[in-house]
Amino acid sequence: MSQPNRLGQGGRIERSRKLTFTFNGKRYQGHAGDTLASALLANGVDIVNRSFKYSRPRGIVAAGAEEPNAVVQLGSTESGQVPNVRATQQALFEGLEARSTNGWPNVQRDMMSLVGKLGGKFMPPGFYYKTFMAPASLWMTYEKYIRKSAGLGRSPMENDPDIYDHLHQHCEVLVIGAGPAGLAAALAAARSGARVILVDEQEEMGGSLLDARERLDGKPATQWVAQTLKALAGMDNVTLLPRTTANGYHDHNFVTLHERRTEHLGETAAPLNGRRQVRSRMHRVRAGRVVLATGTHERPLVYANNDVPGNMVAGAVSTYIRRYGVVPGRRLVLSTSNDHAYRAALDWLESGREVVAIADARSTPDGELVEQARAQGIRIITGSAVIEAKGDTRVSGARVAKVDLDGFRVVGGVETLECDTLASSGGYSPVIHLASHTGARPTWRDDLLAFLPTLVKGVSVAGGAQGVFATAEVLKDGETAGRQAAGEAGFEAPSVSLPKVARRRDGAACALYQVPHEKPTLRAPKQFVDLQNDVTAAGIELATREGFESIEHVKRYTAMGFGTDQGKLGNINGMAIAARCLDKSIPEVGTTVFRPNYTPVTIGAIVGRHCRELFDPERYTAMHQWHVEHGAEFEDVGQWKRPWYFPRKIDGKTETMHDAVARECRAVREGVGILDASTLGKIDIQGPDAREFLGRVYTNKWAKLAPGRVRYGLMCKDDGMVFDDGTTSCLGENHFLMTTTTGGAAGVLEWLELWHQTEWPELQVYFTSVTDHWATMTVTGPEARKLLAELTDIDLDREAFQFMDWREGTVADVPARVFRISFTGELAYEINVQANYAQHVWEALFAHGEKYDLTPYGTETMHVLRAEKGFIIAGQETDGSVTPEDLGMKWCVGYDKPFSWIGQRALTRQDTARTDRKQLVGLKPKDPKVVLEEGAQIVLDPKHAIPMPMVGHVTSSYYSPTLDSGFALAVVKGGQQKMGETVYLPMADGRTHEAEIVSTIFIDPKGERQNV
Amino acid sequence: MFYIHCPYCGELREEEEFHPKGQAHIARPADPTACTDEEWGDYLFFRDNPRGIHHELWVHAVGCRKFFNITRHTVSYEILETFKMGEQPSFTTEHPQGGSAESATRQAQDALQAGVHA
Repeated sequence: MSQPNRLGQGGRIERSRKLTFTFNGKRYQGHAGDTLASALLANGVDIVNRSFKYSRPRGIVAAGAEEPNAVVQLGSTESGQVPNVRATQQALFEGLEARSTNGWPNVQRDMMSLVGKLGGKFMPPGFYYKTFMAPASLWMTYEKYIRKSAGLGRSPMENDPDIYDHLHQHCEVLVIGAGPAGLAAALAAARSGARVILVDEQEEMGGSLLDARERLDGKPATQWVAQTLKALAGMDNVTLLPRTTANGYHDHNFVTLHERRTEHLGETAAPLNGRRQVRSRMHRVRAGRVVLATGTHERPLVYANNDVPGNMVAGAVSTYIRRYGVVPGRRLVLSTSNDHAYRAALDWLESGREVVAIADARSTPDGELVEQARAQGIRIITGSAVIEAKGDTRVSGARVAKVDLDGFRVVGGVETLECDTLASSGGYSPVIHLASHTGARPTWRDDLLAFLPTLVKGVSVAGGAQGVFATAEVLKDGETAGRQAAGEAGFEAPSVSLPKVARRRDGAACALYQVPHEKPTLRAPKQFVDLQNDVTAAGIELATREGFESIEHVKRYTAMGFGTDQGKLGNINGMAIAARCLDKSIPEVGTTVFRPNYTPVTIGAIVGRHCRELFDPERYTAMHQWHVEHGAEFEDVGQWKRPWYFPRKIDGKTETMHDAVARECRAVREGVGILDASTLGKIDIQGPDAREFLGRVYTNKWAKLAPGRVRYGLMCKDDGMVFDDGTTSCLGENHFLMTTTTGGAAGVLEWLELWHQTEWPELQVYFTSVTDHWATMTVTGPEARKLLAELTDIDLDREAFQFMDWREGTVADVPARVFRISFTGELAYEINVQANYAQHVWEALFAHGEKYDLTPYGTETMHVLRAEKGFIIAGQETDGSVTPEDLGMKWCVGYDKPFSWIGQRALTRQDTARTDRKQLVGLKPKDPKVVLEEGAQIVLDPKHAIPMPMVGHVTSSYYSPTLDSGFALAVVKGGQQKMGETVYLPMADGRTHEAEIVSTIFIDPKGERQNV
Repeated sequence: MFYIHCPYCGELREEEEFHPKGQAHIARPADPTACTDEEWGDYLFFRDNPRGIHHELWVHAVGCRKFFNITRHTVSYEILETFKMGEQPSFTTEHPQGGSAESATRQAQDALQAGVHA
């Protein structure tokens, strides 16, 4: 297996370590130290993908994060699939398997390219909306095929086998980018003793120094890199994070760093010493100061057919030659607007390959590198540029012409040069993405032809990222930034001696983005701006002609910069083209906003360990194990796992939910049942003003509630809408126990604190959550008294211990509070014991309860029983738009309380006082077999033309074994005045149910059963 | 994600520990029954949405459970100060560089002094 483009020497690869990999099913060889991209180029693989929209063949263009074309699917197994990996950032490992993300049946022969060729003219920006407009009903059909032909990679269909971590870090100085500026900054900051984190996204730290022609202290630049990294590694206050991308810069110097720990070694993280390894880590860093040393991205020129494989950015050519020992072709033409790009031609020539010519858009280039090129005998065509690439699946030539930059036109004849590689450079754009994440808009500098970052507090920028390009100055700039950052963080940094670099004399660059063609842009061959999303100069021109003048609109209409590369290569060119078309300057057109993430981050790293059973905390009651052992099905209520129902095994068959619930309901109505109600929120309230406070936050009166008594209360917000309910017991003159709904517990506590701390700090009252302290078991049913009497020393006589009383005593020899309150409508005792004793008490109740057929029931039965009694559940019957009066609960409103309690004033507002508000009623289906759907809409006239006026909806609906009928609670406009009337519920399946409006209380309207 | 100094704990803590509770200094009318519907509606529903300095009520929900105020710039998201209930902000639209609270105190002292001398 030969590597035709691998040089005999040079580069930073390990030539002795050969690695085999496959690309699109074909086997190749590369070396340790290669990226997938450098290995593909070494093997002469021209086509790595098909383009997104036109299916044109595409090759590798760049060498870093900005690569738009070489976006591949990785993975040899289903679970190992990783979509949209940039081949330029993927280290080669033994056995790596990659394939192109586009191309059918394959990238070499692609069916869709015919469409692309024919359809180029028919696929302008917005072609979805223009072409596939009619008939509207067919859009879903079109969309399926459009998506298929335009997709990028695919997600794995199996679970990720790897594990990921989050790490929380603090440092005084975070340096992002380990090129010359970043290394100097880190060194300077570290010498001060400050905690420094240095991150770099590449396999190796060193940035541009890894392929620099400059010598530092007369030695290759890589020697200084190695020496500096060694010094940094030896300092305890420095953390070096290679293979780590600062993917997001968030508020207050919170930066997320995505560290890839094993992706350079294999598809999934291999165990080390028998232990699972973490595939990647998300460092969540709160940095004192941040130094952005993120360097630049080179801009390619926009000329016709600039997407044919063999077109590259000039700097990438140098990187492949100097860093990987790969020269990606034989005959090079370079088209440039600046001196620095001349490196590519010099490096190419030194590799022993032919440089056909350099087309320099400037009329009199005279910098040091230009003179070097001249001295080497390279032909330099001045005042000219490549206006068009020739070739189909690989560049075969370059058409070069004199261009008038100001007039945007070709002047003079066109010369066609034979070549297989076309490098271009239109200048260098500072990598401002991270600074842009903070919301600060960048500013254009005409002298640098670049957007520079605007900085928020606590961040500085150094080197190429702020338009400082010469190596000597970059080092100095970095050192200064590092020292200042440490200084601002309170550390005194000594100055660091920097290596000497010969100053290079560079000529001024000229502004060139889109190269003019002989034909006008709309008729010239395609000039690509955004290679990943197939956005052309013509597309942008068309968008501006169609009235899209804001760059943000142009972006959305053409999809420029919407790819996984976020338009790193093309955006500035696109803005320049929009500016030309609109006859504005680039700063007038402005820039779009870069957002996190800088490069795509795998979901696993974002999630970390917060998945599966650790996704959200799970809360269990003290009796949970008993429920599990007795076959309970569970329901999630907030974070709690509550028993839903307890299906029995009868003759080897497990009961259905319907049967189990019917049995549990009958047990409570006819015998005795028990419910684990521990999850109800419980708040202990103490203080001399506790009673006054209750009167202000509840709708009803609390002034006269005596110790030993319990009262039900409704809580409203100040808009008069119910938001929670529960019972509160008077434990002592200044001591109360409030219960809340299971889901509302935390919110109610915060609500009480809010009012106490912000409005009524003068009230002496204290709130403590005791939800987990007490376990609650509800024993309810006609036999409840007999059962409890066997276990308690409390006098259960109906006169001594009345309904809505509570008593202290022992139950099963354990100190207990017993509350005689009922959510079922039956005789009921809620036993509260310390959670640690709960399992014992629960089991003791069952030991004594066997003779009464004590039946455990779950939340479903609880719901049926309470709904039969018309008891509301806050959050089910209420939705933030329901007042106590809407619920028919005027009895629970103290209109004449002296203090204007929370919600009172709102009840007389015009809207809350309306009589046609949706009011809570009962619904009895005309067909008792029907159980209405919760959420079903209610209408008065089912024959009304659609849309029918909807007058309400079902809030709760169940089958009642006691009534042997379906029944429901609902809110209906003016419903309390519509008793006995018939309403209709049209269903999605075409049926219409009929129901009668009835009282919300279906069983025991006088409440005699709970009062026995 | 914000980095918030809890004035009660005296420490900078992650935003995850806090809940935002909307605009600060919305006092409940002392006599709600005396409010017109419009006045009550303003109290309930209408809030400022400034571009610039904004005073906000937050609670250290999973920390000390104390409510406190934050002065935050809604463009830069910079938190200019945090202060306890009952204290006044020193950064206001009129005093974007701070100093409002001190000047208020000074004015009060000056008034007191003036009263003494008169």
